[in-house]
Amino acid sequence: MKILIVDDFSTMRRIIKNLLRDLGFTNTSEADDGVTALPMLQSGAFDFLVTDWNMPGMSGIDLLRQVRADDRLKTLPVLMVTAEAKREQIIEAAQAGVNGYVVKPFTAQVLKEKIEKIFERVNS
Amino acid sequence: MDKQSTLGDFESTLKRHAQELVERLEQGKFGEAVQLIHELNQTRDRGLYQEVGKLTRELHSAIVDFNIDPSIPQAEEVSQITDASERLSYVVRLTDAAANRTMDLVEQSTPVLGGLADDAASLSKDWQRFMRREASADEFRELVKRVDGFLTRSETESRQVSAHLNDILLAQDYQDLTGQVIKRVTQMVTEVERNLLKLVLMASQVDRFAGIEHDHQQLRDEKDKEKHPTRGEGPQIHADKREDVVSGQDDVDDLLSSLGF
Repeated sequence: MKILIVDDFSTMRRIIKNLLRDLGFTNTSEADDGVTALPMLQSGAFDFLVTDWNMPGMSGIDLLRQVRADDRLKTLPVLMVTAEAKREQIIEAAQAGVNGYVVKPFTAQVLKEKIEKIFERVNS
Repeated sequence: MDKQSTLGDFESTLKRHAQELVERLEQGKFGEAVQLIHELNQTRDRGLYQEVGKLTRELHSAIVDFNIDPSIPQAEEVSQITDASERLSYVVRLTDAAANRTMDLVEQSTPVLGGLADDAASLSKDWQRFMRREASADEFRELVKRVDGFLTRSETESRQVSAHLNDILLAQDYQDLTGQVIKRVTQMVTEVERNLLKLVLMASQVDRFAGIEHDHQQLRDEKDKEKHPTRGEGPQIHADKREDVVSGQDDVDDLLSSLGF
């Protein structure tokens, strides 16, 4: 299971990386915005994308749209982990094809639940 | 206030002269009518010059208040805004360092505790065998040696983890330092806002004399366009008081399930 973590703050990437390692996912890579993440996804055979929304360069929602528009990436499970909490934003992400949405601040338990739920769906 | 009386003078002169102007024109006294228009213009110009003068003086004192000296090329380096930006960068630096220090210590402690737990579990298994009298004499001698090693190790390693926990506690001192800096910046922003408001009030007096109207709706529309949700807004400060914002993960889950997720 190869996972890409996209967030502009290195501390948040580190937190998510640590939580994922606790859940048994040790093969993770990091990117600091959509512009860096997209070419990594296109060439990297990732199985899962965890992304923030608000980032300089390309935002998480635009990255999600690019992923869904790419034939090789369109089925990639995407979990959004973000401080963006407006209802219209969550609806926008859902319409863009997000697989899960976690608002910051979050707990390890919430992250675990959402990831498990996503894989349950993907595998069923 | 003299500001009000200047404007009041102008408006009453305007009213009085307007009536007289109509009367003169109806009476066919065009010379006098032109004279009245001239007087009106003079009153308006006088008020306008006064207000522009006040605005310039306020602007100048605001520049002094902001500590910006426009005559030096590195003006932006000495402004309060730059000072505030530097203070906030310091907050970012300090919180970043504290977060990384804390995570370093947690990452160092976790495997130590994990190792102790694994050893304890394995020892406990063999200890049970001994209690059930299933262990041979050789196995028992081996077990005693392992228990001895484990006790020494758990003592030193527990102290190590304790020291890490203490360092994690100390790493939280950023809260005090950043709190002080943020309070100062907040004070400065409030002060800047007050000065700007004064300037805006001054400028609106000039607008009234000059008869300038602003399209506030258009200005608001332009501002709203900048706030498109795709751009992201960051954390919501008053999430519990706003209808259009979720107040936690449960709200997100409810919303998503209502959308068929």
